[in-house]
Amino acid sequence: MIKVEVRLFAYLRQGRGKKQILEFEEGTTISQVMDMLNIDEDDVSIALINGTDGPIDRQLKDGDVLALFPPVGGG
Amino acid sequence: MYGHMGKILRVNLTEGTVKAEALDPEVGKKYFGSRGLGVKIMMDEVPANADPLGEENKLIIATGVLTGAPVPTSGRYMVITKSPLTGGIATANSGGFWGPKFKSTGYDAVILEGKAQKPVYLYVDEEKAEIRDASHVWGKKVSEATEILKKEHEGANVLLIGPAGEKLSLIASVMNDLDRAAGRGGAGAVMGSKNLKAIVVKGSKKFALFDEEKVKEVSAEKIRILRNDPVGGQGLPTYGTAVLVNIINETGVFPVRNFQYSYTENADKISGETLAEKHLVKNSACYRCPIACGRVVKLADGSVVGGPEYETIWAYGADCDVYDLDAINEVNFLCNEYGIDTISAGATIAAAMELYEKGYIKDEEIEADGLSLKWGDPKAIVGWTKKIGLREGFGDKLAEGSYRLAESYGVPELSMTVKKQELPAYDARGIQGHGITYATSNRGGCHVKGYMISPEILGYPEKLDRLTLEGKAAYAKLFHDLTAAIDSLGLCIFSTFGLNLPDYVDMYNAVCGENFDGDDILEVGERVWNLEKLFNLREGIDSSQDTLPKRLLEEPIKEGPSKGHVHQLDKLLPEYYEVRGWDEKGIPTEETLDRLGLGEYKKYLGLADK
Repeated sequence: MIKVEVRLFAYLRQGRGKKQILEFEEGTTISQVMDMLNIDEDDVSIALINGTDGPIDRQLKDGDVLALFPPVGGG
Repeated sequence: MYGHMGKILRVNLTEGTVKAEALDPEVGKKYFGSRGLGVKIMMDEVPANADPLGEENKLIIATGVLTGAPVPTSGRYMVITKSPLTGGIATANSGGFWGPKFKSTGYDAVILEGKAQKPVYLYVDEEKAEIRDASHVWGKKVSEATEILKKEHEGANVLLIGPAGEKLSLIASVMNDLDRAAGRGGAGAVMGSKNLKAIVVKGSKKFALFDEEKVKEVSAEKIRILRNDPVGGQGLPTYGTAVLVNIINETGVFPVRNFQYSYTENADKISGETLAEKHLVKNSACYRCPIACGRVVKLADGSVVGGPEYETIWAYGADCDVYDLDAINEVNFLCNEYGIDTISAGATIAAAMELYEKGYIKDEEIEADGLSLKWGDPKAIVGWTKKIGLREGFGDKLAEGSYRLAESYGVPELSMTVKKQELPAYDARGIQGHGITYATSNRGGCHVKGYMISPEILGYPEKLDRLTLEGKAAYAKLFHDLTAAIDSLGLCIFSTFGLNLPDYVDMYNAVCGENFDGDDILEVGERVWNLEKLFNLREGIDSSQDTLPKRLLEEPIKEGPSKGHVHQLDKLLPEYYEVRGWDEKGIPTEETLDRLGLGEYKKYLGLADK
């Protein structure tokens, strides 16, 4: 098992909280974590693993910080 | 003439005269209005090397061809002048309702020249434009002066300066509708130098639309696009621009302590989410805006006022290492009351805190003010903001901005500025394309003239790798040109969170009856950008100032997700000049000026005027 800190932002927090440390099986992907948290793929625009953006089929490893954002903008 | 009112108001404050002049329709088509029109007037009418706070400088307040039109986000106007902060062109725009209301008096723009002998304000309605005594509102803060003027002119909208502009602070803003700001570049000081406190407008005149039915149809479609966009329709209305705090921080490009660090564990304390949860009363919209990103917040004392933007939260928050939204809401209100640019003010206090930390500013210099310059002190950001607004004590020095402050201690490199204007809330070391827009922005350190954060972090309109260089110079040029066009049209840049180039084409053509395509729109933007560049070159701002603070070029980011990166300006800048059609010194070539119809301005380059 691996431990991953999952941070959620903006309206992804609604009913799910801000941050939690969760245990997953080795090889779990971002997409699988989103399924477990009942987060729709369309609602996630940016998925950062330790601050690095990339596709949601990336696998997580022990100690990673996963940050999920819906589409956001401003300036 | 469609879109434009067709008239410009010229006000000579020295002579005490006002007169209406015709707007040349060709100029209206070539520059759209607003930023483009203002820059052209500055170039044509203000002599080289004019003192920004002297009588020769002019203050142009201009609406765009679509300002006030029944299309979404058409509430913008622009203040254009020679900046006392940078010495180059200042173009600061603002929303609210004042811009469309001014246009509905029957003018596209007002040119303010000279200097009144005593404090005055300008009153404009459909019948008259008059210079009136302002001694009863001079010295008053923005809300009080607005209230007095609105009582005297029922139903009017008020644009004005606060005490900071009167006292010629180089970071003074021009305010309208209480809490909307044309913030950057110190235009408030130019207005103050002319002894002009306010412009009060009242009107309901409409301008001609080429095809009213088509405009309605196009507008409904664009509103639908914006409402259905997850950012324009949901993110911005719910959380405001401060929704960016967490994403920028999690990416490791959230400047902390005057750009010494780029990540903080405390970001969520000052995030848009926390603001919405604990302080937000409601959101607010500018004229004809379906987005409504504005914040209305409750201060600790219970009063309800305009709330802070992302940039303000960063400048007074992370940049000063303060994570207290009550204090940030209060300083935001104070900046609006005194008429101060929140980015430059917060960032100047942050620079002062680093100068204090490093021993350049001594305790004895600030003792009499009874305030600290210690990182993280919420009382300090509130106290110094008041002192900047009134130029009291050490606040007098801070009112000149961080460059002059750091330079006075012999360490200008501790000022995080480009062209002496404070950088906003993104660390360019971890966002290469955004860095090139910082370095080349005609108005100095700035994020809204080419917002590369959109593609490099937010994924709008497509996702780019923020750390690579390939294609970034061309992308930055495209964003600069598109933004110059949107600004000149008189629309809000946030409309790009939903709308794309063809949408602006639709709106322009429907209102004006032209047959422009996307390239034509971009060409107007490119023309405006090049003319601003020529203005700066004429004022001696050459490629040596197309740079970034040494810290961003030489000190790698210390920690977090962007650790180890510096900005690679030396690689991007030559490419940017090349895609612009400029020579290696960053000077537009004759061919470029001819292509853009700017041949008449070659004389400023020492080139023949062919």
